[in-house]
Amino acid sequence: MRLSGLQRGVLSLYRHCLREIQKKPADVRENFKGFARTEFEKNIALDMKDFAAIEYLLRKGQRQLEIYSSPGIRNII
Amino acid sequence: MAALRTTTSRLLTSPFLRRSYATVDPISNLGEAMSSTQPPVSPKHTSTINEPSQSPEARTKTFHIYRWSPDTPTQKPKMQSYTLDLNKTGPMILDALIRIKNEVDPTLTFRRSCREGICGSCAMNIDGVNTLACLCRIPTNTSHQARIYPLPHTYVVKDLVPDLTQFYKQYKSIKPYLQRDTKTEDGLENRQSPADRKKLDGLYECILCACCSTSCPSYWWNSEEYLGPAVLLQSYRWLADSRDEHKAERKEMLDNSMSLYRCHTILNCSRTCPKGLNPGKAIAEIKKTMAFT
Repeated sequence: MRLSGLQRGVLSLYRHCLREIQKKPADVRENFKGFARTEFEKNIALDMKDFAAIEYLLRKGQRQLEIYSSPGIRNII
Repeated sequence: MAALRTTTSRLLTSPFLRRSYATVDPISNLGEAMSSTQPPVSPKHTSTINEPSQSPEARTKTFHIYRWSPDTPTQKPKMQSYTLDLNKTGPMILDALIRIKNEVDPTLTFRRSCREGICGSCAMNIDGVNTLACLCRIPTNTSHQARIYPLPHTYVVKDLVPDLTQFYKQYKSIKPYLQRDTKTEDGLENRQSPADRKKLDGLYECILCACCSTSCPSYWWNSEEYLGPAVLLQSYRWLADSRDEHKAERKEMLDNSMSLYRCHTILNCSRTCPKGLNPGKAIAEIKKTMAFT
């Protein structure tokens, strides 16, 4: 299946999340993974053609990833 | 028990409650309103409560304001209209916005702080011109309807609040602070002659409201790489400072096709600056120093 640029953007954001999670302590990685998954799943029902909303959520996700990837954040509940 | 009762009764008749319910006794009406067995009286049998008599010379003006909420990203941005009586509103657009937020719609979101044009928080696009809401008079012509948008070509955080992260990142990249390697002869402050100080006039007043940068078409299309008028004005402020010793480095940083030379002297920046500064001239001065040294 050919993916659109926006779809690839979403997948790339998710991959980045997974990579950043690998840098967290091993025993809390599941917590981060669950958090990232639920953040994506919250908007799973979004219309594929609602570009403005998807772009906004992508930017929001990138901002969140930047914050959570700081080494000062060691766990998430 | 008696003590308890006195405290509750004092609470219920506190001046705060009395004021908010003006003529209605909150407790005696509560039972009726809550009971589902008694249907409310039909409006045919009740009188209409009119607004406190409007002054005959009320000057109502309509404001169309851009609304968008990040909580419902699937909803498209919309223009919301509000009408205000100008006789009861302060003279500036910011007064109108604050009045709308206080009295009509508390969900309206905008940045404001000093209300006198020194903080640069309330920069927005009013009637097609980027300006500070606190320095922009409401046009008294009531047939004309004001239209208020966030700064153009910025990501919107909510309603009239723009995301200026990129702008601040660029400002940080020019190192906006004094850089020196040597100490002064007497080891005291870095002093400056009045003539040298005069060179900073018209530069140091900039409050970084981002009005000029977001009005620049060149910045709209290249905001990733082109620094934009506001940041270039600040860049020149440090190039013109007699105390700074890293001028060569600063110039070298600007010496590429994007950072500085995307300015095509459109001069929207000088036209829109709410502080009356001239970023266009500062950019021209940078280009001059780059060319002649």
